Amino acid sequence: MVVGGVCRKRAGLKAGATLPAGPLRGRWYERKPMASDSMPLPQGIPLPQETRRTWLEIAHEWVTTVDHKKLGLMYIIYALIFLVIGGVEATIMRIQLLVPHEHFVSPEVFNRMFTMHGTTMIFFVAMPILFGFANYMVPIMIGARDMAFPRLNAFSFWMTAFGGLLLYFSFIGGNGLYGAGNAPDVGWWAYAPLTSPAFSVGHSTDFWTIALLVSGVGSIGTAINLIATIFSMRCRGMTLGKMPLFAWLNLVMAGLVLLAISPLTAAQAMLMIDRYLGGHFFDTQAGGSAAIWMHFFWIFGHPEVYVLILPAFAFVSEIVPVFSRKVIFGYPIMVGAAVAIAFISISVWAHHMFTIGMPSYANAFFVLSTMAIAVPTGIKIFNWLGTMWGGKIRYATPMLFCLGFLFQFLIAGLTGIMLGSAPFDWQLGNSYFVVAHFHYVIVGGILFATFGAFYYWYPKVTGRMLDERLGKVHFWLFLIGFQLTFDSLHIVGVLGMPRRIYTYEPGRGWEIWNIIASIGVVFQIVAMLCFALNLVRSYFKGKLAGNDPWDAWTLEWSTSSPPPAYNFAAIPEVRSRRPLWDIKHPEDPDWKYE
Amino acid sequence: MRRARQLLVTLFTFLWPLVTSFGATPVQSSSSTSIFSPASTPAHTIFRFSLFVLAIIAAIFGTVFGLLVYAAVRFRMKADDDGREPPQIYGSNEIELAWTVLPVLIVFVLFVTAARVIHQIQDARRPPGAIEVTVVGHQFWWEFRYPQYGFVTANELHVPVSDPKHPTPTFLKLLSADTDHGFWVPRLAGKTDLIPNHPNQTWIEPHETGIYFGQCSQYCGVEHAKMLLRVYVQPRADFDRWVRTQQQADPPDVPMSTLAAEGRRVFLTAACINCHTIKGTVADGRFGPDLTHLMSRDTIASGAALNTPKNLRLWIQNPDEIKPGCLMPAMNLTAQQFDEVAAYLMTLH
Repeated sequence: MVVGGVCRKRAGLKAGATLPAGPLRGRWYERKPMASDSMPLPQGIPLPQETRRTWLEIAHEWVTTVDHKKLGLMYIIYALIFLVIGGVEATIMRIQLLVPHEHFVSPEVFNRMFTMHGTTMIFFVAMPILFGFANYMVPIMIGARDMAFPRLNAFSFWMTAFGGLLLYFSFIGGNGLYGAGNAPDVGWWAYAPLTSPAFSVGHSTDFWTIALLVSGVGSIGTAINLIATIFSMRCRGMTLGKMPLFAWLNLVMAGLVLLAISPLTAAQAMLMIDRYLGGHFFDTQAGGSAAIWMHFFWIFGHPEVYVLILPAFAFVSEIVPVFSRKVIFGYPIMVGAAVAIAFISISVWAHHMFTIGMPSYANAFFVLSTMAIAVPTGIKIFNWLGTMWGGKIRYATPMLFCLGFLFQFLIAGLTGIMLGSAPFDWQLGNSYFVVAHFHYVIVGGILFATFGAFYYWYPKVTGRMLDERLGKVHFWLFLIGFQLTFDSLHIVGVLGMPRRIYTYEPGRGWEIWNIIASIGVVFQIVAMLCFALNLVRSYFKGKLAGNDPWDAWTLEWSTSSPPPAYNFAAIPEVRSRRPLWDIKHPEDPDWKYE
Repeated sequence: MRRARQLLVTLFTFLWPLVTSFGATPVQSSSSTSIFSPASTPAHTIFRFSLFVLAIIAAIFGTVFGLLVYAAVRFRMKADDDGREPPQIYGSNEIELAWTVLPVLIVFVLFVTAARVIHQIQDARRPPGAIEVTVVGHQFWWEFRYPQYGFVTANELHVPVSDPKHPTPTFLKLLSADTDHGFWVPRLAGKTDLIPNHPNQTWIEPHETGIYFGQCSQYCGVEHAKMLLRVYVQPRADFDRWVRTQQQADPPDVPMSTLAAEGRRVFLTAACINCHTIKGTVADGRFGPDLTHLMSRDTIASGAALNTPKNLRLWIQNPDEIKPGCLMPAMNLTAQQFDEVAAYLMTLH
């Protein structure tokens, strides 16, 4: 066991404080930013004067920007807008399911709602929001001034944005000549042959397909960019082994995006060939195979879960150490576990297909691979626990959300084991239990970690703190709402309620749980309003944050808040995984122990 | 004191999911579809296996949850903190090894058990007395063919109760006429999908008579929600009597009221016959349910409505009223003709 020096005095940096001067004077973090740092200007050309710009100029700047921070922010804001839209769709579904045989919306509308909700939340909320954080933070954390390919970065963002707009344009143009206004209604897996021309008349499925194709190109672009950035733009001294876990996890995520999105894109192209060029890949009426689509979709779909959860792990791996005042426990094992998760995750896809009638040995194989992924995932939870163990935990809002993440992700993992045991899945699969399980992963896990990330990095991005009290109200309300909704859905699934039904029969013991689930939504909405209020109000009135409000250790906290366009006045140089720890504790730096 | 109360609140908030998810008692009402009240061999096998899985995950949950709560409470920063950093611990290979090996063992046990249960259910041998039924999923109803007995029915599956001494399980061959469907009667067996071009099989072996409810479990289109399913488990004698009834054709010369006779004429000359079969008549459509013994069924529209004269007439007149988006068209007959057709259908016992 490697133990650093015992009981070192905290640097005690308060908001706005600068890093300690002294024997280290003259290092990179001492340099004042200069205009010439961003771009050397030839002599004789006057520097542009800072003048008040018009709205048009500001808009033009944002639209044409290639700055990774602005693009990251646009990803996040774009995702937040879609989060509201996806939330409205979920609310409509919960109103419709409040009581049996309700007529709030027609079956057609309900089917569009769950299709759009799933597609939106995965492709246009979760992925962009996580890409946004990666875009913003990865270059700063590795001491770079931008991504490796800034223009590709802008291109990727606009492709993703365009994909989302295309998907929603289906509400207006969905059915073309047959009558406008028909969003996709094939479910977000779009199982064949429901997507074939015989069953999906009109253009709504085309909008869905092309929207995912287009945004998939954007995702692949961002993944390539992240990989290139992390491999080639790290500052001096930052070997792969000294990279913050945040960068590591996003690197693994980016690799997984390349592996996962490609089969999806291929399948979408094949579907379009089926629909318009007379292909018969998935067209069962002409001898195509519905099962092939399932394989294509889930070999994307399951790694996709890890594409989403790895960045959430990244948030937790940054926040938990800082708020426990301890270095991350077992860094090399954490990296190894992430790589193992990615590796195993490409061999588990058919656990989504236990009910399609695969041979028994195939089912057994996918039970094994699915169970195997629990091992590295468990290791991660244990290492976070190890990080908290013996620490001094500050319960600021980011840490509260991370704690929520840990508890809920634990439950999500355990229900995942239930679903991964094929015979159990024959009962639980496609029921509301599955819905509850993956919402535990995506909301209880990923969204909670993302909220933690918002509270943690908002000061860096805006220069102002989010309000702590409002943040805690947000946390508790959202926690209560989340538990009410999704705990109930576990039970109603066990009682035999299948998913994707627009109404249900009375007398099966489902009513009370559906009511509780719908009540939970009210709490979640109020919590989200608190969050929105906090985001807006703190931007104008929040407490000034200073460079390093959390007394943290990674490079982004060494630059100003918000960071200048060039991130660092001088490119930093690091000797350990926690460069700011080394600066704050020159008598006992990290690099002695790594 | 206040801290203690806060702690309790926190504990309760996080324990709540456990208590509610796993402590829920299965509803024992007659229309229960709980997976935890099995009434047939495969469902029983799955139930026993699921208890085993639940026990393991409960143990894991208890341990990890306890450690998390302990760490979260024990290591919180005290109000009188001296401002020193805690000892920095970079890791420990021994501990990492421990929490890798233990889960690997658990995974191994779970895998071996699951593999056994998979084999037991999926590769079950078909005893000589087994009933065979071919289930065909349609948008949005079920077709049941009994090849051993030579008749076809819909939406309400009848099977004999299985005597442990002479097991008569029912083996279901699962086909689809259009999109994907899922056959799921939670108390009888796990679900298996019906996929076009991909024949599947499942089986049930109920030990108690009664009606078991289920429904389509794989999204199949607009009316997926109302593709309901009933399984009638009967004593062998009752089942045999039911089979004999179903084998009969519609007798053409049976005395019927003029209303019904007129309805028969309307039915056989309208588009009804394109989709429906009534054995013994010219109606031999295969697109909709076989109506030869419509009145022997408790429900119409795949369980969406009870088979009452009023519902039957409404269903013929405007199917969308009961099942919006279903594929049966409104027939645009006159009010008189609706009465006649309904009267005719009510003679189909």
